[in-house]
Amino acid sequence: MSEKKPGLNQSAGKTILEIRDLDISFKTNAGTIHAIRGVNLDLCKGETVAIVGESGSGKSVTMKAVMGLLDSNASVNSGEILYTYPDASGREVTVDLLKMPKKQLRQQINGQRIAMVFQDPMTSLDPTMTIGKQIMEGMFLHENMEKKAARARALELLNLVGITDAEKRFRNYPHQLSGGMRQRVVIAIALSANPDILICDEPTTALDVTIQARILELIMEIQKKMGLSVVYITHDLGVVAKVADYVDVMYAGKIVEVGNVNEIFYEPKHPYTWGLLSAMPDLETEDDRLYSIPGSPPNLLHEPKGDAFAARNQFALAIDEKAEPPLFQVSPTHWAATWLLHPDAPKVEMPPELQARLERARKEAEKVL
Amino acid sequence: MTKYVLKRIGTALLTLLIITFLLFLLVRIMPGNPFPSERMSADMIANKRAEMGLDDPIPVQFFNYLRKLLLEGDFGNGTSLYYGVPINSVLATCMSNSFRIGGMAILIGTALGLLLGITAALNRGKFLDGFCTVLSIIGVCVPSYVFLIFLQYYFSFRIPFFPYFFDAKRFLFSSVIPSLSLSLFTLSTIARFTRNEMVEVMDSDYVHLAEAKGLHGGSLVRRHVLRNALIPIVTVLAPLIVDLLTGALVVEKIYGINGIGKLMVDAITGEGIDYNYVLALGILYSALYIGIMLLVDILYGVLDPRIRVQGKAGDA
Amino acid sequence: MSEQGRNGAAAYVPQPGDFEFLTGRDIATDKNFSSLSYWKGVAIHFFKDKKAVTGLVIILAIMLLSIFGPMMNSYGYRDIVSFRNENNRKVVAKGIAPRIPAVHELFTGEKYDDDFADLTFFFGTDDLGRDLWTRTWYGARVSLIIAFVTIFIDMLIGMSYGLISGYFGGLTDQVMQRFVEIANSVPRLVIVSVLAIFMPKGMGLVIVALLLTEWIGMSKIARAEMLKTKEQEYVLASRTLGARNGHIIFSQILPNTIGPIITQVMFSIPIAIFTEAFLSFVGVGIALPQCSVGTLIEDGFNNITTLPYQILPPIIVLALLMLGFNFIGDGLREALAPKLEDM
Repeated sequence: MSEKKPGLNQSAGKTILEIRDLDISFKTNAGTIHAIRGVNLDLCKGETVAIVGESGSGKSVTMKAVMGLLDSNASVNSGEILYTYPDASGREVTVDLLKMPKKQLRQQINGQRIAMVFQDPMTSLDPTMTIGKQIMEGMFLHENMEKKAARARALELLNLVGITDAEKRFRNYPHQLSGGMRQRVVIAIALSANPDILICDEPTTALDVTIQARILELIMEIQKKMGLSVVYITHDLGVVAKVADYVDVMYAGKIVEVGNVNEIFYEPKHPYTWGLLSAMPDLETEDDRLYSIPGSPPNLLHEPKGDAFAARNQFALAIDEKAEPPLFQVSPTHWAATWLLHPDAPKVEMPPELQARLERARKEAEKVL
Repeated sequence: MTKYVLKRIGTALLTLLIITFLLFLLVRIMPGNPFPSERMSADMIANKRAEMGLDDPIPVQFFNYLRKLLLEGDFGNGTSLYYGVPINSVLATCMSNSFRIGGMAILIGTALGLLLGITAALNRGKFLDGFCTVLSIIGVCVPSYVFLIFLQYYFSFRIPFFPYFFDAKRFLFSSVIPSLSLSLFTLSTIARFTRNEMVEVMDSDYVHLAEAKGLHGGSLVRRHVLRNALIPIVTVLAPLIVDLLTGALVVEKIYGINGIGKLMVDAITGEGIDYNYVLALGILYSALYIGIMLLVDILYGVLDPRIRVQGKAGDA
Repeated sequence: MSEQGRNGAAAYVPQPGDFEFLTGRDIATDKNFSSLSYWKGVAIHFFKDKKAVTGLVIILAIMLLSIFGPMMNSYGYRDIVSFRNENNRKVVAKGIAPRIPAVHELFTGEKYDDDFADLTFFFGTDDLGRDLWTRTWYGARVSLIIAFVTIFIDMLIGMSYGLISGYFGGLTDQVMQRFVEIANSVPRLVIVSVLAIFMPKGMGLVIVALLLTEWIGMSKIARAEMLKTKEQEYVLASRTLGARNGHIIFSQILPNTIGPIITQVMFSIPIAIFTEAFLSFVGVGIALPQCSVGTLIEDGFNNITTLPYQILPPIIVLALLMLGFNFIGDGLREALAPKLEDM
């Protein structure tokens, strides 16, 4: 395993996925978009990591790189994605997924070791194939299963993800199912070959609220049962609080703050994280206006100079326009990339309203425990 | 599904009936004399008119015409000098020629177009993709008769390999040039459409999900990409088929093919063709057009489970 | 607290004054998306598209040439180039291949040694001795005018039809749409052939044929846009406030329809040019001695065995017109509804 870099989850568990200095750009009609600008991330066995950020911050692209699903106009400029797994003989092997040929990646990793659940269940199932066939496809591919066994397993999976009349659904086409059911099917497909890692790309954003909670619970339940490591990509901090062990906050293609879920929720250090937390709807807040971070994320067609967040940051310093902040360590597991943490920087506390809110949330949480 | 098909067939038949009536009406109320009159006396014309039922009220005439057409497949007789024979015998010969040449053009164009489009999509951004783009642009921007003129000039005139005009006795050999030039438009349309449709499908979530399942290469393309990309192609194919089967007019005219396209040109230019032909051709063209559109609609329903299998389930 | 450089990049050494707050900034305004009107955005997107710009340049070039091309020499489109040579014999410049004497001399070092040694014919002359450069651009002008005029009228008909049908809905809409369905099921050629019995050959026939067929696509777009816009809040609002039907249609919905309609126009113009070329080629379009792209191709075809160069200019102009308008249409369509990844 490579040496620990700053800004990673320093968990006691065994790391199975390490992303190092990932740098990706996209060629478009308008020019080159530098979407991922040096991302580091660790995922340990059995744990859940959430990647949080606004749309376009690069969270999906990072995980698509892990799956080898980058669009054809993308190019990986540098970095590695190391995946460690026990091979057939039970020996630990570490491979760089970025260097692996596509064919080998599909045959050995995708589906059976790393699986993914997509954002929109309405579009992620093949409209011309029955649900049953789509679930069994992976089994035939990786495990050479017999048709009968595959069918039994598919029905079992459908039951596992909470689809009641599995026999009937098995023969249905996607358009005959509702959004929530389709997402369950997608999860069943992801689970069909017993993966180690499950990547969920905003798995509940396209669903309505009551179904959201059920899908999340389902994933957590299965995670416990099967000992999965899970990566959530989301912009919804409510989801994060519910499921994550570690949180990576992403902004403009970089990870700007990382820590365990308590650190991020109760002692956030980066002004962007403050903004995200303040923008969470909350029943208790007296102010009846919902806060939103001013402005919009930078256009990565143009390389941002200094701190990419400076333009939207009410606490921006002169240095933010000159140099990009490094990651400052706050605790063994908590890092943040903001000049405010520099010893020479003026002491800035998070906005008092947010502080009061987080305090209340902490008390709530303690009460529950 | 059955209900849908029956409804579509009903609408198509009704539409055709209305169009037939309108055409009939237009042709019958046409000013002028349906007979070449130089050698006919007024009495003769009056007799002829009575014999042909031209003095009956229009609805009666229409009913008689329709009855003859439906029961005996009889479009009536041509009345002009050149074509004064039963129309259906002329139409039969012309249709046979047009359908055979058009059919070949469709086969060539569709097969090569699909091949080119699929290869281009699989090699996106590479040389073949560029080649496909350029070819499809040329094919769409240049009329097929221009290709014919060039092929005829180079391969029948400069190098006299193929016949300069169509020769029914050497059917296959002399169809090469017209079929090829007709197929180019089909080829380029299909190639461009297939390519774009494939590219879109390959970027779709469900193909990404299939990849995430571990599918790759040929089996991914066969199982998930092709089926989804090819279903919509049926819809662009329909008008192309109609155009080609009904004969690309100028091509038939230039190459001297005795087909319905040439007949249509004669009808448009008024060269020795009378109103009965215009009527028969109008009905034939409309029927083919409506019929093929109907077929495509039904085929689409059969291919796409979203139309074939109805019924929704409750929420999860 | 510790600080670590990442990615091996040289760590920035802070200067004095670096840790002052930035002041006097306006962070509330969104600078990424601010102050860009819809049409400005469309224009920017359009002009970034290489294909669209190529199309625009081609079309503008052909338009300019069709206006000024015939003026670039002294021959009229129907003039036969002839004069008396030194032997006082009348010579006609029949069937002369394209030539530019200066260029010829430059490459071969020789002058032409015929009666027309000093004359320039960019595209040559036809079998009657008419200058093809002039005729080509004159023909392009005729084709363009026919296409623009008919498609403009089609646009008016189609838009009115579609907007009215969509706006009033109900029975009006149903009846109007049945009619469109039937009209759409009649092949264009059938319409032309029936028209040909009623009308004399010539430009009028071409225009009426196009008028009868091309409005349908436009009416469908206008109707769809109307149905979409009709239910939006601002229209409902102005209705509740008592605005009259006509007023709502023209002042509020029209601006939204204009984009897709212009795109459709860009795709209809080449169809019009194609149809005109076809009808003129067959001989029912533009009458002699007038010429259009179609009649020029026909002339070229008739002379192809003797003057093979004659057919090339009109064909190339026709192909470029098709290409240009299609490129502009594609570009417009994408600029009006950009896909997210292209942003």
